[in-house]
Amino acid sequence: MSPHAALTPDTLAPHASAAHAEHYDPVACKIGMWLFLFTEVLLFGTLFIVFAVYLTLHHFDFASGSRQLDKLLGAANTMILLTSSLTMALAIAAMQRSNRRLSVALLTATLLLGLAFLGIKAHEWHHKFEHDLYPRSATMLANPYGQQVFYGLYYTMTGLHALHVIVGCGAIVSAMVLIRLGRVRADRIAFIDNTGLYWHLVDAIWILLFPLFYLIG
Amino acid sequence: MAAQHEKTHPPVPYSLYFKVWIALILLTVLTVSVSYANMQQARILTALMIAAVKILLVVLYFMHIRFERLLYTYMIIVVIVTYGIFVSLTFSDYLYR
Repeated sequence: MSPHAALTPDTLAPHASAAHAEHYDPVACKIGMWLFLFTEVLLFGTLFIVFAVYLTLHHFDFASGSRQLDKLLGAANTMILLTSSLTMALAIAAMQRSNRRLSVALLTATLLLGLAFLGIKAHEWHHKFEHDLYPRSATMLANPYGQQVFYGLYYTMTGLHALHVIVGCGAIVSAMVLIRLGRVRADRIAFIDNTGLYWHLVDAIWILLFPLFYLIG
Repeated sequence: MAAQHEKTHPPVPYSLYFKVWIALILLTVLTVSVSYANMQQARILTALMIAAVKILLVVLYFMHIRFERLLYTYMIIVVIVTYGIFVSLTFSDYLYR
């Protein structure tokens, strides 16, 4: 900036400073991220409509299916994801205050909590598979139709959600690399900010998934 | 120059995030304990209402909507209305056939 500092705004061509500065528009980044999040909301939203319709049609089968899920493991996973949202929000707040080390430590905590969530989820799925409760297994086909739909939706929706947690973990690792490269800084937080928005949305979706699958029995 | 370096939102105090987190954990404990109570029909409605409060807390504070310009709130309202149309059309079909 220094050669131009003496120039008045009238003599300084608008593009002269823009040519030197790297293009960065945090507001556009954020609006774009929110538009993407809306498509995610509608993606899960359609699955929630399917769930709601079959819940009204097969209320008792859904209740008995729900009783077979481990309520306490589900609650533990909810708390793990809520805590990971806290560490994610704190990581962004730390980066805004230029506290890089704290931010990276909090991102690491978020990542580990995300992996813990996936671990418990994998354990739950494995447990159900061991009891021959997976789509079109012999035991499943002998169950009432409503329960088959319940488990179909359970695997589809928690599976799609787990996929989002995996993508979120990838975004967190990318954010840590970009912090290390100095491309995410206190004055350039868009990437970590958007990672946070994505992570919180995935958390919000689980907040709704948890009672619908685990607590309706 | 001021417009170019516009901040997307001011830093939120750390303590506020901890308060929101405590509220979310307490609501989770509440929704699990309530689910053990014997109350048939109200069960799903109660669970959904608690979940709605939790999602509101996440969106308002963790996703900063409370501190952002109103544009984001308007965008979210448009999505909720759009989704509401999908839900009402689907149920007007399924419940009355």
